[in-house]
Amino acid sequence: MDRREHLKLLLAGGVGAGLFLATGCSEEDRRQSEEILRDTGYGYGRADYEEEHDRKLFSETFFTETEFEMVKVLADIIIPADEESGSATDAGVPDFIEFMMKDYPPFQLVTRGGLMWLNNQCNSRFGKTFLGCNEAERLEMIELIAWPDRAEPDMQYGVRFFNRMRDLVATGFFTSRMGVDYLGYQGNRPGFWNGVPEEVLAKHGFEYDQKTQDESIKEEDRYRIAEWDDDMNPI
Amino acid sequence: MSFEMIVPKEKYDVAIVGSGAGGGMAAKILSEAGLSVAVLEAGGFYDPAQEEYRTQLRWPWESPRRGANTVRPFGDFDAAWGGWEIDGEPYLRKNGTSFDWFRSRMLGGRTNHWGRISLRFGPKDFKRKSIDGLGEDWPIGYEDVKPYYDRVDKLVGVFGTNEGLEDDPDGYFLPPPKPRLHELYLKHAAESVGVPVIPSRLSVLTRRVNEERGACFYCNQCNRACNVYADFSSGTCLVQPAMKRGNVDLFTNAMVREVLTDSDGLAAGVVYINTKDLQEHRIQARVVVLGASACETARLLLNSKSVAHPNGLANGSGVVGRYLHDSTGSDRMAILPALFNRERYNEDGVGGMHVYTPWWLDNNKMDFPRGYHLEYWGGMGMPLYGTGSGMESLRQHIRDEFGNSSPNGGFGIGLKKDIRTMYGSTVGISGRGECIARYDNYCEIDPNVVDKFGIPVLRFNYTWSEHELKQAQHMHDTFEEILTAMGGILVGEKPGADQEYGLHAPGRIIHEVGTTRMGNDPATSALNKYSQAHECKNLFVVDAGSFVSQADKNPTWTIMALSWRTSDFIVEQMRQGNL
Ligand SMILES: Cc1cc2nc3c(=O)[nH]c(=O)nc-3n(C[C@H](O)[C@H](O)[C@H](O)COP(=O)(O)OP(=O)(O)OC[C@H]3O[C@@H](n4cnc5c(N)ncnc54)[C@H](O)[C@@H]3O)c2cc1C
Ligand code: SF4
Repeated sequence: MDRREHLKLLLAGGVGAGLFLATGCSEEDRRQSEEILRDTGYGYGRADYEEEHDRKLFSETFFTETEFEMVKVLADIIIPADEESGSATDAGVPDFIEFMMKDYPPFQLVTRGGLMWLNNQCNSRFGKTFLGCNEAERLEMIELIAWPDRAEPDMQYGVRFFNRMRDLVATGFFTSRMGVDYLGYQGNRPGFWNGVPEEVLAKHGFEYDQKTQDESIKEEDRYRIAEWDDDMNPI
Repeated sequence: MSFEMIVPKEKYDVAIVGSGAGGGMAAKILSEAGLSVAVLEAGGFYDPAQEEYRTQLRWPWESPRRGANTVRPFGDFDAAWGGWEIDGEPYLRKNGTSFDWFRSRMLGGRTNHWGRISLRFGPKDFKRKSIDGLGEDWPIGYEDVKPYYDRVDKLVGVFGTNEGLEDDPDGYFLPPPKPRLHELYLKHAAESVGVPVIPSRLSVLTRRVNEERGACFYCNQCNRACNVYADFSSGTCLVQPAMKRGNVDLFTNAMVREVLTDSDGLAAGVVYINTKDLQEHRIQARVVVLGASACETARLLLNSKSVAHPNGLANGSGVVGRYLHDSTGSDRMAILPALFNRERYNEDGVGGMHVYTPWWLDNNKMDFPRGYHLEYWGGMGMPLYGTGSGMESLRQHIRDEFGNSSPNGGFGIGLKKDIRTMYGSTVGISGRGECIARYDNYCEIDPNVVDKFGIPVLRFNYTWSEHELKQAQHMHDTFEEILTAMGGILVGEKPGADQEYGLHAPGRIIHEVGTTRMGNDPATSALNKYSQAHECKNLFVVDAGSFVSQADKNPTWTIMALSWRTSDFIVEQMRQGNL
């Protein structure tokens, strides 16, 4: 599709978007159309006051450069690359975390303080900041705060901080395109729900009983305008 | 599209305040009967079919907050402009009690993102006082409303099945979708402990009902409002079609602050403030219909004082704002190990549960008077903000092939894999029950505070009684019984008396009703059985203010049926020259 076709479909209104996504367009089409949406300033269905709010947040920077570097390192410790997918930073997670700091201000103090606490610990232990440490030293430190059930009482500040970082990194990763693909989510596309696939049903020891099969919607009926018999049953 | 430039007619037959479920239905029925109608809507124009409003089919990463609820209370893609708090439009609480009030300011009101659970009240629901002596009976019965439920079913569309249940009546249903996998687990578990499970009843078009609306394409996003109008919203299915056929002028950004009355005390029209330029305007009408939602309608009436109505309009009885009640609600979640590492397939389905449980027990045998229904959730939904979190306490539930459990927390490839293992394995149950309407639960005008439009605001007083607490306690026993029978690992502790058995704060279930209740006695009700004000014959209420009791059902199908019935009555009365 060329740009004009994209726009025509996207701006058609009515069933435009649904149809567009129903045509089984390619990955490349999808990417292009998203770019076009961005260029045309459509956002993602924002009201004016929301667009303004987001613009304001994007114009501000919360993390210092050093803090942001620390966030990147932590992100890839929490979600590293493996043979199936890239890492948290590959998926753009640090930018998401930067945004969330401004979007949810209660994150700010605890995150900034947590990063400093981490530096303080590294300074006491290794005489260097977290970023100054080598990989082995960093992991030695993280081991002390990553396992809530076995962490020492005086590590609780770090445990809480790391729990929050784990949540933010994981959620940032699994809601990125890379993470969604890694997770294997198959939806968000127009289709027909005809029940759980046979083989999955069988594996879990279920089947649809006759009543369910009879009363449920059949694909060939979906566009037929509904009518009912005298007993209120659809025909 | 802009509808703000209309020049108002000198006088309309009907002025309708609010374009939600109640106001939208009245606009459609009254305009189709040939009456000229002005609809005044405090919020802006909204249409999910237009690209600029569309949030449906968007991916999580299109939102910089990945769908988090920092801006919109039910998530960044949810089709609600408004929320629990609205800038410049406060409300207060009294006596240390709580009430949370959800408002949407937009064409269609809260029907853009509502849950689409569409339940008829049953015969007993209109006559509860006769059964257990509590609350009040409605002045009408199921037989009065049934013809309108039938019409709403056919016009709006709802899937479900005819089960012949006395108090969950049959209807003109579309075929339901088959249960998802976790719903099969829940159904089998529930049935094994004696809790019946049947197909749910949602106003989603599994089949088309007319040429103007498409069929569902199963994206599980009804709360984002449907691009092809396959789910019900008042704006897309009632107001816009009515406008196309003519006779309806829609005024958006029109905040009504008062109902005008003439020297005889009859309604003469409304005054509204244009929320964009803050100018005041008047709309004259022969009949005024209020559908601003139960609490807003009470507020409007109480703020419409005049010589003829010193206590507020239609409030000689003092009941306006009283008998406010919301559904009870509590929930429980579990992890189902049988769903770890489950096969992937598109499990979106419709935007809501495919099965549910209507109230199945006999209150004569219980220590609480009214019932609740069960809603089920779970499945491989779209990953949104929150996905992958909580591993500091949930990860221990994952076991390797030798039965060793994973340690809580952690990091690295193992963590990444465990999150994937767990995806789609949480399930939950919500109980939604009937609260008994009480005089002492109310909203009233605060004597000190006005909103940014200069309009006095509401303050609430609401407590749960022992009846609701006992009911919630029973809900939790049921949750545990089902989730345990399913083989689920319960998450969190069972809430006890100190936590009010996990009852959500009043208002949180967003089924608030009863503030201008109907009745035969003008001393104890604001409206007659046609939702006509006892004290002002050309004033009507078409939102849930008219409800006498809430039932263990969600209210919207009844709001629409009653609004249609009231609209028919208005047309009839006008024809007879009574209005
Ligand atoms: C998340 C959520 C899920 C829900 N799920 C379900 C469900 O599954 N089933 C169910 O039955 N119900 C459900 N509900 C409840 C349902 O949305 C309401 O019962 C229904 O929308 C009420 O209709 P209404 O017309 O009374 O009010 P609303 O839909 O709230 O519409 C009122 C309209 O009036 C406008 N208005 C208010 N004040 C003024 C004024 N002064 N001047 C002009 N306009 C004004 C508002 O802006 C609004 O547009 C849900 C609600 C929410 C929020
Ligand atoms: S689930 Fe169906 S009705 Fe709901 S928004 Fe998606 S396509 Fe529309």
